[in-house]
Amino acid sequence: MFSLEARAEPSQRMRLLSPLLAVALTLVTGSLLFLGLGKPPVEAFRVFFLSPLATGNGWSELLVKASPLILIAQGLAVGFRARIYNIGAEGQLIAGAVCGGGVALLLEGSTSAWILPAMILAGAIGGGLWGALPAWLRTHFNAQETLTTLMLAYIADFGLSYLVTGPWRDPAGQNFPQSAMFSDASLFPLLFQGMRVNASVFLTLAAVGLFWLFGARSFLAFQLKVGGLAPAAARYAGFSATRTVWLSLVASGVTAGVAGVGEVAGPVGQLNLNISPGYGYAAIIVAYLGRLHPLGMVASGLLMALLYLGGEAAQVSLQLPSAVTGLFQGMLLFFLLGTDVFVEYQLRKPRGASAREAA
Amino acid sequence: MSSPSSPSAGPRDWGTARLELRQISKRYPGVLANDQVNLKVMPGEIHAVLGENGAGKSTLMRIIYGATQADAGEMLWDGAVVTVANPAQARRLGIGMVFQHFSVFETLSVVENIALVLDTRFDLRNLATRVTELSQRHGLPLDPQRLVHSLSVGERQRLEILRCLLQDPRLLILDEPTSVLTPQAVQTLFDTLRRLASDGVSILYISHKLQEIQTLCDHATVMRGGRVTGEATPARETSASLARMMIGRELPVCEAPAYTGETGTVLEVRDLDHTPADPFGTRLQGINLSLRRGEILGIAGISGNGQAELLAALSGETPVRADAIRIGGRDVGALDAGERRALGLCFVPEERLGRGAVPSLSLWENGMLTAHARGLVRHGLVRFGAARDFARRCIEGFDVRCNGTEAPARSLSGGNLQKFIVGREILQEPKLMIVAQPTWGVDVGAAAFLRQTLIDLSRRGVAILVISEELEELFEISDRIAVLAQGRLSRAQPKAQTDALAIGLRMSGLEAATATEPADV
Repeated sequence: MFSLEARAEPSQRMRLLSPLLAVALTLVTGSLLFLGLGKPPVEAFRVFFLSPLATGNGWSELLVKASPLILIAQGLAVGFRARIYNIGAEGQLIAGAVCGGGVALLLEGSTSAWILPAMILAGAIGGGLWGALPAWLRTHFNAQETLTTLMLAYIADFGLSYLVTGPWRDPAGQNFPQSAMFSDASLFPLLFQGMRVNASVFLTLAAVGLFWLFGARSFLAFQLKVGGLAPAAARYAGFSATRTVWLSLVASGVTAGVAGVGEVAGPVGQLNLNISPGYGYAAIIVAYLGRLHPLGMVASGLLMALLYLGGEAAQVSLQLPSAVTGLFQGMLLFFLLGTDVFVEYQLRKPRGASAREAA
Repeated sequence: MSSPSSPSAGPRDWGTARLELRQISKRYPGVLANDQVNLKVMPGEIHAVLGENGAGKSTLMRIIYGATQADAGEMLWDGAVVTVANPAQARRLGIGMVFQHFSVFETLSVVENIALVLDTRFDLRNLATRVTELSQRHGLPLDPQRLVHSLSVGERQRLEILRCLLQDPRLLILDEPTSVLTPQAVQTLFDTLRRLASDGVSILYISHKLQEIQTLCDHATVMRGGRVTGEATPARETSASLARMMIGRELPVCEAPAYTGETGTVLEVRDLDHTPADPFGTRLQGINLSLRRGEILGIAGISGNGQAELLAALSGETPVRADAIRIGGRDVGALDAGERRALGLCFVPEERLGRGAVPSLSLWENGMLTAHARGLVRHGLVRFGAARDFARRCIEGFDVRCNGTEAPARSLSGGNLQKFIVGREILQEPKLMIVAQPTWGVDVGAAAFLRQTLIDLSRRGVAILVISEELEELFEISDRIAVLAQGRLSRAQPKAQTDALAIGLRMSGLEAATATEPADV
């Protein structure tokens, strides 16, 4: 038998290899799963991973899904590097969508070019505030942000329900829980006729560049990193722990809030109960799968988007339940956590055995 | 293998050794901790294992005690080959070990702590009686009902020794037992050990302190870099000859010229009271001190007497009452560590990895940790060239042995990392420097370099506060010495007007209450 032994140094090679290994393991386990469900694995694979990208529209859909994931992950990674675990980005996304959508509903009928920027700003403020709340709770009452961010996500969800079933319900909407459709001035312009991908991807691109610059060059990011790696060293150096908490949670709140506006002013086009298929949660996996690196998270965001598309295709073509998307996301995270063990540890023959042989 | 003195005399050549190690080797990732080590301990012998930090002493002891397994070699017990798979088996053979860092539960009583390691059934009342008997017989007074958190460090060590004695050990291993004791407590410990040896118990005594070994031990095995470099009868050796075996050259000495520059108070602490958040921390009570330019004030005392709390209060990691601490005439008690640094305070903490440096980050990043204000950051962006230059200057100026500026902090030895941290702080041209345990776990050569560096810095007009457990070190570098015991600080006395015995008395807390009265009360 083999045993786990701590490495003298964490392996950089394994740090990069681990996500690839996790993806491979997910694919292998996925095919076993298809086999168990009585679907031919090769065919299932084609449907799941290749067919979504067979058309131009497929690529458009990929970007539609990847853009919010990548944007949210960029913000989350700031906090994750400092070990501030915001797992309620879904709530901040909703808060941002509500604020941005509120602006659109308020200025109903206006054709000003400033509506969209105002919506983005409102979304950023809404998401930022929803992130600031757990920051305040953490710095004043030492309430763990892992709990508070998640609980606030549920509050945001219920807040949205209240609005779209109450004051903001579309009077002409046959009692469906949804707002009126936004006017064209309140929507991101489409990039190609007949495809849903819109200009919000440029926001994501800009964010990737900005966060890359922040992470690679800024002293503030260095302080956050030190706070995450060695809190005592950060205290010793005089880096403010309070500022780390605020910055981490507000930054991730802002990106999630903007992503929320991207949804309501994009493919959704209104406020309803299906703004996000769990982008806020999936972005956590995207962040770690991408090694918290701005470009790595672009790759992992695209992969995660493909899982969403594949799941939809599998529902249609293979009559698999919609839970298959969540299953693949879960497997991916599970295997990533498993393979990440080998960053710090290696497999070895147990020492006891060799010592006994020698004795 | 060199053998400067003739080890042939005495009882070592006849009779069966209680413990014998043959060709023991042990490799850890990246380091050969023990390289074909031979060791022989006779019944009733006090045997020293002498070596610097990192010489492989502790690894060897852990192998004997079954806490880790050797890769090669064999161990003989009373002449028969044995394999010790775990500490429980070692205890059954009759091996007891007192670790450098005690493994006791603070919330339990003495007798409960002892009961925890017993393999057999017991009842607490009988056990308490046995503990009392044993403690009287061996001159180790200890009340079995007391809770461990109320025990002094010396008493905790007594608990550990009693715990071993209860199992009638035939070999007792002590790992650096005096590092936490006052000079008086060291004498008591030595009396106990001599009495045990005369009862036939073999003792393995691990230390890097030459004087102790010469006073106590019958025989010594000297280790360096994982190998045995000599065997000696300590009483027949000089400190210099033992040091040569231990470090391969003469013991270096420091020079402390008189300071002639301008004086003036830099640091003032007035009536500092502080109750730490940690319930097992030490409350600071009525701390008063002042520190001038060009002098080194040494604070003696055993860790756990308020050292950590005082350092955190001085550095700003724990803010206190605003006017309790003044730097350069300014109230700084409420400022955080970064704000105090801006006033010219530099600080070397006792924990190097995780506090003084971030283990996984490179040296240039660790340089930036505290030196960022010295032109390493502009407009919020890191200036990589400047940061690497700073680290390079630190590495070259302070003789840090490493793989360049990209080497992670954890890849450096304790001594080299300490030189880097001290260098990083000195290069920031401090007005006030606070150093905790400057040479803890540092090899002899680097320790001498660090002490000389501190003296030189003070003679350039910097005020330096050193907190150390090593009395010899404080007497070597300090101008004045105070004692921190039970959260109270004695009045600092010029080095010439005090001695180790007087300091030791205060360290044990006997005189602390009377000595802490400030001058104006």
